[in-house]
Order: sequence, then structure tokens, then C-alpha cells
Amino acid sequence: MSKYIDLKNVSKTFVSKRGVHEVVKNVNFTVDENELLVIFGPGQCGKTTLLNLIAGLEPISEGEITVAGKKVEKAGPARGVVYQKTALFPWMTVMGNVSYGPTSCGKKKVDSHEIAQHYIDLVGLSGFEKSFPNQLSGGMAQRVGIARAYANQPAVLLMDEPFGHLDAQTRYLMQEELIRVWEQEKRTIIFVTNNIEEAIYLADRIIVITNCPTTVKGEYQIRLPRPRVYTDPDFLKLRAEISDFVDKSI
Amino acid sequence: MEQNQKQIKVTVRNMTKKFGDLLVLNDISFDVKKGEFLCVVGPTGCGKTTFLNCLTNLYQPTSGEILVDNVPVDLRKQNIAYIFQEYSTMPWLTVEENVGYGLKIKQVPKAEAQQAINEVLEVVGLEKYRKFYPSELSASMQQRVVIARAFATKPDLLLMDEPYGQLDIDLRFRLEDELLKLWKANGTTVIFITHNIEEAVYLSEEILVLTNKPTSIKQKINNLLLQPRNVVSPEFAALRNEVTELIKWW
Repeated sequence: MSKYIDLKNVSKTFVSKRGVHEVVKNVNFTVDENELLVIFGPGQCGKTTLLNLIAGLEPISEGEITVAGKKVEKAGPARGVVYQKTALFPWMTVMGNVSYGPTSCGKKKVDSHEIAQHYIDLVGLSGFEKSFPNQLSGGMAQRVGIARAYANQPAVLLMDEPFGHLDAQTRYLMQEELIRVWEQEKRTIIFVTNNIEEAIYLADRIIVITNCPTTVKGEYQIRLPRPRVYTDPDFLKLRAEISDFVDKSI
Repeated sequence: MEQNQKQIKVTVRNMTKKFGDLLVLNDISFDVKKGEFLCVVGPTGCGKTTFLNCLTNLYQPTSGEILVDNVPVDLRKQNIAYIFQEYSTMPWLTVEENVGYGLKIKQVPKAEAQQAINEVLEVVGLEKYRKFYPSELSASMQQRVVIARAFATKPDLLLMDEPYGQLDIDLRFRLEDELLKLWKANGTTVIFITHNIEEAVYLSEEILVLTNKPTSIKQKINNLLLQPRNVVSPEFAALRNEVTELIKWW
């Protein structure tokens, strides 16, 4: 099914005492079902706001967003969000964190634990079910964040620079892991990043957006076979091409 | 000149550093030749920064010996510059005053200092911003101020701790080229720590690969690729892959 997510003329303005601040301006794009779309753009260009609009965490000023034909009006379990800061509950174990979604959606404890265990295993954290977030490394905590988002079994995963604060090497590892998890259980993913390598490594398609107010500047279909290699000449060529494009269009 | 090439600038003998019971650096020995560009890479958290801090005596090594020009390292006497990962500009000084700070401390005559400042400002492309304060500059411009300040003193030994870690790719490439220009012009000995393998292969004459904690030297690689280097060439990719394999722990 195509056009699973559809943004039509979406704008967002914040009004404050200091005036009207236009953050997102007339954005149009669609995402196919089970597509991994990367939104790539420089810092402070309104990427997070755009993601919040799709999640339904912020009201839209103008335009319309539909997911699976239904208009987005508020946040819901159909759209899971993974943040840059992992936002885990520090007083809950890994199991508690991952099973939180299914439990609060009314599932029995046994069932939600079974679902949680499946995703804990999938992200490679078997054995850490009883650990607390402060006992985990940054990369592990982010895996819990991914497992927790998956455990809600949302149709759409929205990921806001989830690996942004990890060091370069852990980041490579997590990118590999995300692709592995996604290939086993496909979801529609919108992944936001300001890292060009990460964008090319992950994406089926990249949308380039630029500074405030956020507008779509370009689009790249990434056809490199997976698993992708950072030193592959085609990878490097694409990297040069996109970063050149971004340089010129900002 | 030929003679200079062979002189040893830095000698590290059996450098060991413990924090309490935690052994961080384990018996590290190596030499850096005068005028050499050495890059240090290693897995995350392997103690790269501790390594550099011991080298400058910011931390006292637990045991072992570090010599610069055959005498124990002394920051007050020797002409050493250190560029940290964080942008360490002084916010109350203008760009020009920041860049001239080291020269002022070294009591370089005013006219001579001014000439040195003008030269480095031109190299880093900040001539027009000499009267600006750091808060009026972008992050990458601030980092250029720090680089200019280090180079203004024409250090014999330049230590850099992931100076370009936070920069986007285009700017990183530009600043790497600027660094190479300055290095060649001044015959400076450079020790450059990075987590970015591509950067290490692009810049270095020698690459020191460290192991995980307790840190020791895994391998020293002589980088014979001709400059200017092309990141897309197969030889470049091969070396980059080789080094990546050496530090990969997953």
C-alpha cells in the first residue's frame, strides 16, 4: 500500500509574546508502508517539530497529516517514538520499561511480558531483563528504547536522532542493529538525523530539509544493496553528492 | 632536514596510569619523530583522552617516563599547544585577542605578534571576524579560533583531542586540509586523537591503534598513501577498512 503516511501542505507556527515563529512551512511528502524514510537536515531546522506533528504530539497549524487513511489528531499507540535521550523510566527494570506499553494498553501481565521478552531478545539484551537503566551503557539504553517502541507494535516508528549522542563506533553498531531488527520485523520508519553517513546507511529514501522554516529541498532514493558499506565507492559518491547539495541549498 | 626527520620529538616509555584500582593505561611505549603526524585511534572509552592528558602531564602517570626533546615534559618551558574536544575559547576576549593570547603570555613583541595573528587568521578564514566575540560566532568558527590560537604560537608539538568531532562533514574536510597546510608550513609534530577512522587515514603518517581497557598498543601502522589523499580511492578504503577491523569489538 503506497502513501501510508501522507503530509499535505503541513505548516506549524508558534505564537509567543515575541511574535509569530514559523517553524514548518508547507511540507508535503508521503511514506510507503514498511519504508525506511530518513529526514536529513542541519541542526535546528525543525526536524523534531515535524516528527512531533506526525506523532500527534503537537497540533498542526495548517494542512493535514494522514496515517493509513486516518487523520492524525492526537498521539496514539499506532505511532511509537524513540527519542535522542532515551526517556526510559529510571525506576523500572528493562522488562518493566519494555512491557509498559502493552500493559497500559490493557494486556495481561503474562502476555505483555511475553511480548516484551520477544523484543528484548530481538535487540540483543537477553539477560538484562532485571537491570535498571542506570546500569546500562548508552547504546544498551537506546536498545531498550527501540524494544519499548516495538513492543507497542505500532504501525509507524518515529525516531528522532536516536543515536545522536552515542560515540561514532557505538553508532555504527546501532545502525547495523536497527537494520537487522527492521529487516526481521518491518515497520514504517521515519528516522531523523543530521548525520549524512547514517542517513545513507539506513535509508530507502532520504528527504533533505533545510532551515527554519522547515521546507523540503530534495529527495534521494537510495538503491545501494544492504548491508551497506561505508567505504563503498558508490556510498562515498552519494555522500559527496548529498552533502554538496545541502551545502549549496542552505 | 634529513637529519631532522630522524630526530625523536616525543618518547614514551612504559607509561602506566591507574585511577585507584582501575588500570587505564597499561605499559605504553612509543616514539614520535620530529615533524611527524601521528593519529591515535581506539575503541570507545579506551582511554584516549587520558593518554593525551598523561602526555602533557595534566595527569601524572602512575609510572613510566615521557620525554619531549629528551627532557621530561614541562608545559611552561616547552612549546606545546593542546586543542581540546570542547571549544575552549575565552568568551570575554575578541577573536583577535583569543588568537593572540598565547603570544601575549610568551611576551612576543607586539608587532611580531600582530603579524602572526594576521597570518593565522587568514589561514582559518576569520580575518573579517577579528573584532567579534566567541558568542557571536558559530560553533565551527569558534573551533577555528582555537586552532588559530594554537598555531599562532608555532608550537613544536601540537596535541589535538578529537577537535573536529562535532563538525559536519564538509567543514571537517575543510579544516583537515587547513591543518595539513599549517603542519607542512611549520614542520610541527602533531599527535591527533580521533574516533573517526576516515579522518585518521586522511591525515596521518603513522596510526597508533589502541586496545580496549586496560589500554595498550595494538598496532602501529605506517600510512604511505600519497597526499593529497582521495577518500574515494580503493587504497584509501582498504586502509580505512583495515583500521576499522582492528578496533571493532562487535
